[in-house]
Amino acid sequence: MTTLVPAPGWMDDVTTSELALRRFLHGLAGVDQVGAEARASTLATRSIKREAKGWALDMAIRMTDLTTLEGNDTPGKVRALCAKALRPDPSDPEVPPVAAVCLYPDMVATAVQALAGGATAQAGEDGGRRVKVASVATAFPSGRAALATKLADVGDAVAAGADEVDMVIDRGAFLVGHYAQVLDEIRHVKAACGGAHLKVILETGELATLDNVRRASWLAMLGGADFIKTSTGKVGPASTPAVVLVMLEAVRDFADATGGAVGVKAAGGIRTAKDAVRYLVLVNETVGADWLTPDRFRFGASSLLNDLLMQRSKLRTGAYAGPDYFTLD
Amino acid sequence: MSDWDYAPAPESRELISLRSSYGLFINGGFTAPVDGGAFKTVNPATEEVLGEVAEAGPADVDRAVAAARRAQTEVWGPMRPAERAKYLYRIARIIQERSRELAVLESLDNGKPIKESRDIDLPLVAAHFFHYAGWADKLRHAGFGSDPQPLGVAGQIVPWNFPLLMAAWKLAPALATGNTCVLKPAETTPLSALLLAEILQQADLPPGVVNVLTGAGETGRLLVAHDGVDKIAFTGSTEVGKSIQRTIAGTRKRLTLELGGKAANVVFDDAPIDQAVEGIVNGIFFNQGHVCCAGSRLLVQENVAEAVLERLKRRLATLRLGDPLDKNTDIGAINSPVQLAKIRELSDVGDAEGAQRWQPPCQLPDRGYWFPPTLFTGVSQSHRIAREEIFGPVLSVLTFRTPDEAVAKANNSPYGLSAGVWTEKGSRILWMAQQLRAGVVWANTFNRFDPASPFGGYKESGFGREGGRHGLEAYLAQGNETMGPAKVAAEDSHDG
Repeated sequence: MTTLVPAPGWMDDVTTSELALRRFLHGLAGVDQVGAEARASTLATRSIKREAKGWALDMAIRMTDLTTLEGNDTPGKVRALCAKALRPDPSDPEVPPVAAVCLYPDMVATAVQALAGGATAQAGEDGGRRVKVASVATAFPSGRAALATKLADVGDAVAAGADEVDMVIDRGAFLVGHYAQVLDEIRHVKAACGGAHLKVILETGELATLDNVRRASWLAMLGGADFIKTSTGKVGPASTPAVVLVMLEAVRDFADATGGAVGVKAAGGIRTAKDAVRYLVLVNETVGADWLTPDRFRFGASSLLNDLLMQRSKLRTGAYAGPDYFTLD
Repeated sequence: MSDWDYAPAPESRELISLRSSYGLFINGGFTAPVDGGAFKTVNPATEEVLGEVAEAGPADVDRAVAAARRAQTEVWGPMRPAERAKYLYRIARIIQERSRELAVLESLDNGKPIKESRDIDLPLVAAHFFHYAGWADKLRHAGFGSDPQPLGVAGQIVPWNFPLLMAAWKLAPALATGNTCVLKPAETTPLSALLLAEILQQADLPPGVVNVLTGAGETGRLLVAHDGVDKIAFTGSTEVGKSIQRTIAGTRKRLTLELGGKAANVVFDDAPIDQAVEGIVNGIFFNQGHVCCAGSRLLVQENVAEAVLERLKRRLATLRLGDPLDKNTDIGAINSPVQLAKIRELSDVGDAEGAQRWQPPCQLPDRGYWFPPTLFTGVSQSHRIAREEIFGPVLSVLTFRTPDEAVAKANNSPYGLSAGVWTEKGSRILWMAQQLRAGVVWANTFNRFDPASPFGGYKESGFGREGGRHGLEAYLAQGNETMGPAKVAAEDSHDG
């Protein structure tokens, strides 16, 4: 891209000062909300049937970050979640494991232990793939804490063995225009992650406009995000198709400009297989099939998995099994 | 990672039952043409013959006009307006109920993607009937005098690009204002109008209020020239429009023409680029570009032209061309071999004139009439592909430097039907809308229609407006204009 995204070497330039950063973010092409929503809803009418649906359901399972982020989480509940993550459908070994479990930092050690040795011996493309442990951090979900506290939170998660860290941005700082502060924090967290992958949660429900979603996406990518993620799940609206569309466009443009591939995680409010398949259509037709992999697209969800399993079994048997045939965890 | 291939998702044809032959719809019933003429209608996606359709001759036009006259003077004109509204509401509801059936038939006969006939054409068809049903008993408040009167019998000739929708645009306001109609659908797409005629029977519309005469150009000429017709409403090519105007010059007949276009879709450097790209695609590739208001000239500001084109090309590569009945098809078939030949000819002219043709990799089906999505860059104002209506999926790309230049180029066309403006700057939208000589100006969108919004052109794009309050005017007598035998009940006659 020539004019919409600056020439090589620009990344250092645009982050040299608050002013430069502001100019860059406000110089991005605007987003027309009506148009973005219309595009997302048009793509939602794609009709995905038979083998295409089967492929999509399996891919959605493999992309799921099976999540529990509750104040009343216990080690027992986490162990149950891990068992489900490894083998989502005990009656069908063909069902692939999910991408990761997503937890609070104090549950990471428990999850690492529960998943250890559970390295799945699945055949095919998932052969040997390990279910990852993702930890939220940085004073999730509000992000209202001192930087040192946030970094300590990240340090705890990484020390306990987290493969992935899901941080929240400081939405307050973003909305008053302190972009450099937000960027700085992301960079510190990235450094604290070490080898762990960083997902940056934008909390789009609080950013309110799609222009802000595009700017925050770029800010996170400039800061070194491996993934950009819609929501904590604690604020409504969480993930919406239009928001994910805009994030996918940002990821596509970033790849054009830098060659770097950043992933997208849609989190919160995605409960049905139909919704999940619609998100995969958005991915496929916005950024392309290269992003149809758990390395580049994830669902953050808890109840979605059982609907994926139910639809998967319906596709194979022609009949719906009742909800009691899928485990509650 | 292999590409994710969407499995075929064809809409079922079992919803509809095709007949081997279709008659004319005159005076409430289907009838054979007097001289027995007939022609075939084909599925443009497969060249399969869908059925044989009657060709109306002079005697049939006489019968239809006579039936319409009788219905106007004896039933529809004298009917209380609120009663007319009930019929229109009923027709609208039946259309909604049978919309899947109508959509499948429309896609079969026309070649347009089922996605469009299902999600755009049919909802709008029903919406037009609903909208004008609401006007029927409020005509005194429409701003056309204290006691507006119908014209009488309207001859209505509709094109093949939106067969049912254009029929609805014509029938609904005519019926709401107390006129009766003789509708002539296009030669290549007669079937949905005939199914609509069945729906009119189902709605118990009194015989003769609407008559449907299938046929080719000659049937249209007979209708236009018929003495018993008070009003002609035509949507189609500028060439035919001019000939109609010549034919009825000096007669009492009122005329509205909705003709061709060569709309400019103007993209400024501060546009929401991703949505603008969608708007460009929707502007020219919607309905295979068989749209009179299609955004067939892209005017893009120089300093973003390269970036916009790069995105546009990437987007075009994702368009899915093929079976119109597949729910995932974005681009369907070209409606007829005649139209395909015209598109090919003008595209070849584009090559010869020195413009650069670009088409995405695209597999065309072996049978049927197809043309891939195409864009031409390096186009200048003097090229024929920048001036003539191609009426196909072919976009001519031009650039501009200043807003004044954009306006000058946009207006430098014999046509003036529609235009699009893409910018995040509100003041520029308003300024452009003032400057552009086009009947419709879309801002940050394109090809959006609503029954409440008037539609129509300037210059060689025709005259008269369809839709909304403005659309009533074309079917109401003005001032002391007296219509022969037309009669209408007083608006508020409380005789019940």
